[in-house]
Amino acid sequence: MIAWTAIPALLLVLVVAPLLPGIATKTKSWLTGRRGPPVLQLYFDLGKLWRKRSTYSRTTTWMFRLAPLALLVTSVGAACLLPLDGRSALLGFRGDFIAFASLLAVGRFALVLAGLDTGSSFEGMGASRDATFATFAEPALFLGFVTLFLISGNLSLTGMLGVGAGLLSAWIGGGGHAAPALALITISLFLVLLAETSRVPVDDPATHLELTMIHEVIVLDHSGPDLACILYSSAVKLAVLGALVVGVLVPRTALPAPLTGLVFTGGLVLVAVAIGIVESVMARLRLSRVPQFLVAAAVLSTLGALLVLVR
Amino acid sequence: MPAADLLLVLVVLADFMVLGTSRLTTCIRAIALQGLMLGALPIALTQHWSLHIVGLAVGSTVVKSLVLPWFLRRAIREAAVRREVEPSIGFTLSLVLGIAAVAIAFGVSQRLPLPAGVSELLVPVALATVIMGFLTLTTRSKAVTQVVGYLMLENGIYLFGLTSTDRVPFLVEIGVLLDVFVAVFIMGIVVFHINREFDSLSSIRLTELRD
Repeated sequence: MIAWTAIPALLLVLVVAPLLPGIATKTKSWLTGRRGPPVLQLYFDLGKLWRKRSTYSRTTTWMFRLAPLALLVTSVGAACLLPLDGRSALLGFRGDFIAFASLLAVGRFALVLAGLDTGSSFEGMGASRDATFATFAEPALFLGFVTLFLISGNLSLTGMLGVGAGLLSAWIGGGGHAAPALALITISLFLVLLAETSRVPVDDPATHLELTMIHEVIVLDHSGPDLACILYSSAVKLAVLGALVVGVLVPRTALPAPLTGLVFTGGLVLVAVAIGIVESVMARLRLSRVPQFLVAAAVLSTLGALLVLVR
Repeated sequence: MPAADLLLVLVVLADFMVLGTSRLTTCIRAIALQGLMLGALPIALTQHWSLHIVGLAVGSTVVKSLVLPWFLRRAIREAAVRREVEPSIGFTLSLVLGIAAVAIAFGVSQRLPLPAGVSELLVPVALATVIMGFLTLTTRSKAVTQVVGYLMLENGIYLFGLTSTDRVPFLVEIGVLLDVFVAVFIMGIVVFHINREFDSLSSIRLTELRD
């Protein structure tokens, strides 16, 4: 079912997405007593990269050129499946959460293949790590969806994040029994977000040592508009997963339309600030501890599901 | 009773904190936080206030979240151990087994005949805490972590006791608290002696009996 009314919210998210990494970096800079780059830095970077020319190594094939485009399409596609205005998604159907997770997975797959395509051992290593972490992050994401399904009894993302599923409405309006479960899923989804968007306890967006980079090292050979595509897609992915967290936390169906957009944008900014806070108070986890971190996220989702089931 | 439910969920999270960490100080902090929540639970669960409930809350808060953690901290300071290095199963597997334990506990307690009027999470959480306490007790090699596992086990039993606070006399509960205190006291002394005798806190060395 296609709901054209969702288009303004979708456009809003696609425009403000590059702001979020900037806000996260700014928060981190403030908390560590530095000035930091301007909040709009990513827009400047995208503009600069767009005017440049892509350079391709002779060892690369068509896969390397396809990956940035595939990543962009899948990220925007995932955004179309989420009810960004709080009412309905642009595209909604039964079981669309599987399509949502698959789109994110396909994007990652394309990027991993492009990394391997360059033939560089550093990029191969980064690709291997990225794929490993993805296998641990996905169960946590799906268990979160299962819990949301158990609470709302609805198989589409619009239904899961829509009526009465919000944490605040569950807390305030009588149905307080779902509140602990929703709180657990929110934390779990936030941990998944940190892993999926290559943020601090899992990966460090600021590192420039090939041996420790994960996401950054895969895109090392991309340049010009291709790199712009990848950077923009990563920002959209952050916005999409942030929208998921905000959707679980705050119900917006009951609010009037203009307020909805405001609450939603505010929620996204808060998610970005939370990422910045995590980045400045935590060190990166040792590589072998990352699976445990993601298993802990899965455990939180499962506990949420069990809490709903026991009623 | 949303407050009681929230406290019970936090109790389970404290269990997972013990299962998932290798640092002994984090273990002890988790068990102290759990003690704090167990102390608040009788007040959150009760319908009508009484001296009995307040006494229980104050007594268990003081013993479980102040005295015992202080004692354990002293033990690791004197023995100079920081980490649980070689558990017999890994920390990730411990977490997975922990969630399996919670699933089993929640499944089993649906079939138990329970007294009416208590939170429906109380018995499942009690069972889960007991199982995870057993898990910690059996799979960790440092004596201090085993004491923490024993405390988790006891906390689970205490949660069971909360289903019938109206019927259990105050003296019995104080007696149980005292028992636990003495047990941990003795374990603390044993921990100290293991350390002095073998220069390590690993209980794996305690495999043979001698004079």
